[in-house]
Amino acid sequence: MDDIIQGVLQATDLIVTLNPGVMQIALLSLYISLSATLIAALISIPIGGFIHFHEFYGKRAVIVLIQTLYSVPTVVVGLVIYLLISRSGPLGFLGLLFTPEGMILGQTVLIIPIMTGLVISALSGVDKSISDTLVALGATGFQKTLEIVKEARFAILSAIVLGFGRAIAEVGVAMMIGGNIRGFTRVLTTAITLETGMGEFGFSIALGIILLIIALIVVVTLNIITSGLSSESQKILGGPHG
Amino acid sequence: MIRLEGLTKKIGTQEILKETDLEIRNGEIFTFIGPSGSGKSTILRLIDLLDWPTTGRILFDGQDTAAPEQVRLAIRRRMGMVFQKPAVLNTTVAKNVAFGLKFRGIPEAEAERKVQDALKLVGLPHFADRKAVTLSGGEMQRVALARAMVTEPEVLLLDEPTANLDPVSSELIENLIIGINKKFRTTMIMATHDMIQGQRLADRIGVIMDSRLVQTGIADEIFYQPKHRDIARLVGIDPVTGGMIVENRGGHAAIRVGDTCFEAMTDLQAGQRAALYIRPEEVTLTMADGMMGTSSVRNRLRGRIKKMVPSGPFVRVSVDCGFALTSLITRRSCAELGLAVGTDVVAGVKATAIHVLPDEGKQPDA
Repeated sequence: MDDIIQGVLQATDLIVTLNPGVMQIALLSLYISLSATLIAALISIPIGGFIHFHEFYGKRAVIVLIQTLYSVPTVVVGLVIYLLISRSGPLGFLGLLFTPEGMILGQTVLIIPIMTGLVISALSGVDKSISDTLVALGATGFQKTLEIVKEARFAILSAIVLGFGRAIAEVGVAMMIGGNIRGFTRVLTTAITLETGMGEFGFSIALGIILLIIALIVVVTLNIITSGLSSESQKILGGPHG
Repeated sequence: MIRLEGLTKKIGTQEILKETDLEIRNGEIFTFIGPSGSGKSTILRLIDLLDWPTTGRILFDGQDTAAPEQVRLAIRRRMGMVFQKPAVLNTTVAKNVAFGLKFRGIPEAEAERKVQDALKLVGLPHFADRKAVTLSGGEMQRVALARAMVTEPEVLLLDEPTANLDPVSSELIENLIIGINKKFRTTMIMATHDMIQGQRLADRIGVIMDSRLVQTGIADEIFYQPKHRDIARLVGIDPVTGGMIVENRGGHAAIRVGDTCFEAMTDLQAGQRAALYIRPEEVTLTMADGMMGTSSVRNRLRGRIKKMVPSGPFVRVSVDCGFALTSLITRRSCAELGLAVGTDVVAGVKATAIHVLPDEGKQPDA
């Protein structure tokens, strides 16, 4: 119990004093996980859209495969990416091993299945009659897709938030690909692992609290952006030709 | 305006629309009536080019619609459709109404004006900024109507537009449909399972049963001269079967059913079997011991009331005259005459109110 209280006090202290070491770790975590989330969203939304809006042989099997990949352990993704980008691997020439960019790649691969799967669910949640209505109103295929994605925006946001949550909370990829190099690839989760190993429980708890605060800020920001989409911003984004 | 030629639609091996030929005229209100699941929505969806027919073709103003998607889109944009369950998108009423304009690239200022006009048309001028998903069913259906009308379509398709609405909202929508047709000369194609609504609104009616268009005509033809027994049943007539034409003098025939002899107008000749189709509202009832009067009613049948079923402001009275005859009378008349199950009555039917068809084979007691 003491450790937890100690951790809360220490977290407050680290945040208030803007401890440079902790800030660097926190910002790197944020940079890596947000980048991975953004890239994964840019890949998952079109793929999810394609799977939802098209009928093809084996569609059900593809969806089952995607859902199975929700459960892939982070260390397995870490291992596979490690083998791909290690010096002797097929992507070794990119020099990504033990770099933040390598970690971004790993986290992106990790969260694409869950985001894609949830985007498909989000789009399936839009009533079929909405699609018919849009076509009957004279929408082209593209206009229809765009409106349905907009209609599913809150559920798609959930997919993105969950993807971000999985990215910022994972240790396996960060550890195996980043290597926990101080000042370069050390992120909140790998730092927590290390500090806990060294018996610095209070400091670990403090880092955990900071991680949650970051998550809170990101989720709130995403929510503001999405609800803005449904009112004010739509005037800018969705004019008569939008 | 729209021509269907040999149109069929199959899903897998199931034929959901059997071969259909039909011409829908410019500016008319054409209504498909039929039981639920008979294929009405299928036809509307095919006409709106939402689905492809299995065989046959649809001509829009003479143009074949079996064309590349771009051509179909251009034709589809000349039509509007209102579905049974109005689907509104999760945004304001104004934006919902504006979708069709947005898809057509209409400038914002012009779109805003048209949206206002359309909302005025359906009586919701102050609803523009409301969230569409918070509206009642009737209001949503009016928004759907405004949304379909805002693009000034030449053809408006309405699939059971009042099926889920309360009577007041239904009447409102019906009045709007008639109003729009009169004001803009929009060709209306509607599907309904509500016979009375079909009768009230339509210039012409097409009856669909078991995925087949079985009769087309004006309301009087459908409701008073159904082509066969199933259509008669659908439009509320219980046929009197097992009749035999005894004689026919210039179209004025005597027809024997059991011990009763009817007078009716028909071209069927003496010796032919006949079934009599009599609309229940054409059957009058008087007390058996009352004055017979001197009216023009040629057929007077003594019978006993077997069953009385209230139906809104009316009562369906089933009279046993040796065969079952149904009369539809107001509750007030029923009370004034003191009718009850077991009462002996005289049922009166004018000769001209009887629609005679060849009997399709079943005996009266079958």
